[in-house]
Parts: sequence; C-alpha cells; structure tokens
Amino acid sequence: MSLIEIRGLTHVYSRGTPFEKTAIDNINLTIEAGGAVALIGHTGSGKSTLISHLNALLKPDSGTVLLDGEDIFASKAAMRAARFRVGVVFQYPEYQLFEETVAADIAYGPKNLKLPQEEIGRRVREAAAFVGFPEDRFDRSPLELSGGQKRRVAIAGVLAMEPELLVLDEPTAGLDPAGREDLLEKLFAWKNASGGTILLVTHDMSIANRCDRLIVMEEGRIALDGTPEAVFAHSDKLLSIGLDLPAAARIAGLLREQGVAVPQGVYAIEQLAAAILALRGKGGAPC
Amino acid sequence: MLKDITLGQYFPGDTVVHRLDPRTKLILTVVYIAALFLVNTWGGYALVIAALAAVTAVAHIKPRAMLRGLKPLVFIIVFTGLLNLFFTRGDDVLFQWRFIHITYTGLNRAVSMVLRVMLLVSGTFLLTYTTSPLAITDGLERLLSPLNKLHVPVYELSLMMCIALRFIPTLIEETDRIMSAQKARGADLETGTLPERAKALLPLLIPLFISAFRRADELALAMECRCYNGGQGRTRMKELRMAGRDAVAFILGGLLVAGILVLRRLGI
Repeated sequence: MSLIEIRGLTHVYSRGTPFEKTAIDNINLTIEAGGAVALIGHTGSGKSTLISHLNALLKPDSGTVLLDGEDIFASKAAMRAARFRVGVVFQYPEYQLFEETVAADIAYGPKNLKLPQEEIGRRVREAAAFVGFPEDRFDRSPLELSGGQKRRVAIAGVLAMEPELLVLDEPTAGLDPAGREDLLEKLFAWKNASGGTILLVTHDMSIANRCDRLIVMEEGRIALDGTPEAVFAHSDKLLSIGLDLPAAARIAGLLREQGVAVPQGVYAIEQLAAAILALRGKGGAPC
Repeated sequence: MLKDITLGQYFPGDTVVHRLDPRTKLILTVVYIAALFLVNTWGGYALVIAALAAVTAVAHIKPRAMLRGLKPLVFIIVFTGLLNLFFTRGDDVLFQWRFIHITYTGLNRAVSMVLRVMLLVSGTFLLTYTTSPLAITDGLERLLSPLNKLHVPVYELSLMMCIALRFIPTLIEETDRIMSAQKARGADLETGTLPERAKALLPLLIPLFISAFRRADELALAMECRCYNGGQGRTRMKELRMAGRDAVAFILGGLLVAGILVLRRLGI
C-alpha cells in the first residue's frame, strides 16, 4: 500500500473575498514508502499549500489525504495522529525555536507525544546526532546560535518525532553552498538509517536530481511527475514554467547544439563526465 | 485559519467610495458614529442600515465580507444582547421563570444595543475596507495638523500608527506560520484546562515577540539608511485634494444625520 494517497485535493484561500485564489486544484498523487521525492515549482504554484495538507494543518475544500489507507481528516484525533507520523519542516524553521535550551527545544515534539523521559532523551540525542549538532552545546540558548546551527536544531526538533514521512520546505534556503551540501547529505543519511521517506520542496534543480522521483507543480496542478530522467527530458516544458535545468543537463544540451553526441537523459555531473569521457574514448576527438 | 480574519483589512478597488479623500471618509465615519447614538427608533435603524447597505454596494464590498468582519466580535455582541435582555428591569414582563424575567423594555433594548454595536463596527469596517492604511494615516495627520501648534507630535504619532497598521497583516501571517510549525510538532492549542492552554501559547508567543523585535530593528535600520529624520520640512508625493465627489459625500452624510434627527423627533 502507498504511504500517502492524495485524492482530488482542492484548496481555495479567502473564499468569497476579492482575494479568492485556488491554490491547489484537484491533485491526485501517491507517495510510496522509502523514497525520496522532490516537489518542484515556481513561487505560488501551490507547493506549500499541498504539504500543509499532508499533516492536516490545512483542511481541503474537497478531496482527501489517506495515510496508510486511513483518512487523516476523519476526526480531530486522526488529524493529530497524522502530525506525529508526517513531520513537516517549514521554510526558515529557525524562527519557531522558543525554549531556553537546545535540548528542550528538540524535546518539544516528543514531549507532546507524551513519551517517557528516557525515550525523549534518546530521541533528542539521536536527532541531534543526525543533524550533526554537538551534545556539549545542548545547554545553550537556541537564540545564541548561528543561523545554520539554528536551522539544524529546528530540523532535529522534527526528526525527534521520528516521522515516517519527513517533509521539508526549502530546507537549504539561505544556507551557503557548503552548508547546503552538508545538510542534504545528513537528511539523506537520516532517510537511509531510519527507513523513512523524504519529500523535499525546492526549486533548486541540483537538489531535485538527487531524489528518485520529481513532481513538478504549476498553478496548483501537477505538470510533470516521474524519475529525474523522465522529467528533465521535458526541458522545454520546465523552461516554459520558469524552472531551470540542472547545470549538467544545460551543458549537455549546449554540447548537443554544438554537434557533440552527448546522449539524452544526462542530468547529473557524474553522468555528464562519464558521457564526455566515453565520447573521447570512442572518437578520440581532443577536448 | 488566522488569515481569514478581515479586521481592519483593506480591499483594493476603484469605486467612488475608494476614491474619496481619506479626510472626508474619516470625518464622515466620526459623524456616522455620533449619529448612531442619536438613533432611538426602529425607523432610524432602518435608515442607517439602508445607508450602510447602499455604501457597501457602491464600494463593491460583498455583504459576506462585512459579516465575516463581525465574526471576531460575536462574543461581545451576544454578551451585550444577553446582558440587556436579562438585566433590564421593567413592569411589562413578557416571560418569567424563577429568577429570570424578560421584559418588553429589555428585549427592545437588547435588540437595539446589538444593532447599534453591529452597525458601529460595520461602519468603521467600511472605512478600513475602502481606504488603504497609508491613506488613513495621511488623512488623520492632515486633520490633526492644527494640534502641531500645541506641540503635539502629530507626525510621529501618525507614523507610529502607520507602522502599526502596516505590520498587522505581517504579524498575523507570522503567527500563522509559527502556529503551523508548532502544530506540526504536535502542539495542542485547542484542548486542556485554562492554565494548560495558556502554557501552550508560550511556544507561539516567544518566537512571535522575537521576530517582532527583529523586524522593528530591521525597519529602523532601513529608515536610517535612507536618512530618515522625522517630519520636519517633509514634502509629499501625493497631495490630498478634495474633489466634487467629496462635497456630494458630505451632503449625503448631512442628509443621513438630518433624516435620523427627523425620525427621532417623529418617534418612528
């Protein structure tokens, strides 16, 4: 069975006012357990609205979300239960920190789960280890930390709830390239270690192509859905939505225009390097 | 969701009501409020409701938006109504059961008080729905400028009000965001005893205060970077000018007050 099944989900903001806007329009989608999915789209394409339905923070105007086959909007208890199974890290999560110490802030979620004290302690240590936050700084105030460290603590606060599906809205926004790489690596390491599922919301194609499935949204609908190869093959469509291609795919396209026979479906740096090396080996043309 | 609160929100538009000089709208709103307290007959209420409905229609504001604006005040309105209904003494008892007496006077007063509160609030909503916060403060500043002679810091006050108004939607949005984030971590803001619920608000209030201070700091810095140094000798890009429609609005407002006074005298 799929982990998440979204059926005919529609959400309209400010219904009945001049600001009325259909943010997502009849979305149908299933997400299987264990994958890494990237949700891509332009600002205002409905990505954030969609993910707010996955843990029942927003109620749909029509349609529903099934988690393991159960309707998460069935009752208040079901909505709350969904929040503990689907962890959502919103954009700039560092602004949600409030406790006096880092450890207490990470423990906020597990505490709401009413777990025993030892279990909370274990989860806090594990979550902090996953994001690479040193234990000797557990007693610091989260407000004294640097921006990147705050982000890690905030993400650890959601990881400590040990969600089955981890949804992250632009987790790397505002981080420097090194911090970005590091955070992504840690998130994927968490996925592999815990067997969880990751849904990354992003418009950074170099993040997207690390996932095994890409869902592209446009004006509240799903425009493209498939493996990175399949989605990046529709480069014209992506460009017309106003999205970019990964750098490697762009280079491959430019090479093809120049008459170099780079095969289709090249979108990662490693693939491009291999393709160019293969061409060199075959034709012996100097580069 | 919090986003649906329309208290003091501006609905952009291009109707006659939107284009009126903010000073006209401010003065007429004050006159409207004062006149509302002169109304003591059902005919008077009917006249005010008709006038309000007419302006709402001309401004292209949907009646539903008006009603939604009243939603946060439901408690006050119901409370006012019940208080007047149960605690007005009189001889004309309509209904009596143990300690509960409902008198005709009480019913009358309850209905008129509820009507008065609703009309008062919707009338002022009409001002904020059709006038941008900037225009309101601009108008207010001009109306109050004579007080400058008395060393009242009118410019600073209007700037403070302008900033406060400007940040209401931002703070609501921010609250919404932090609420979502904490709910996603399993925060339960809806159930529990009163002390528990008060404690549950801390994860909301602390980040909100921190971000409000951060924003205030950033705003102050941005203003200083643009060499802001107060109101002295400042000129305006948009000068306020009264037009023919403002005269018409004043005449119509005067007619409304006259109508209310006539109905009051006639007792209809």
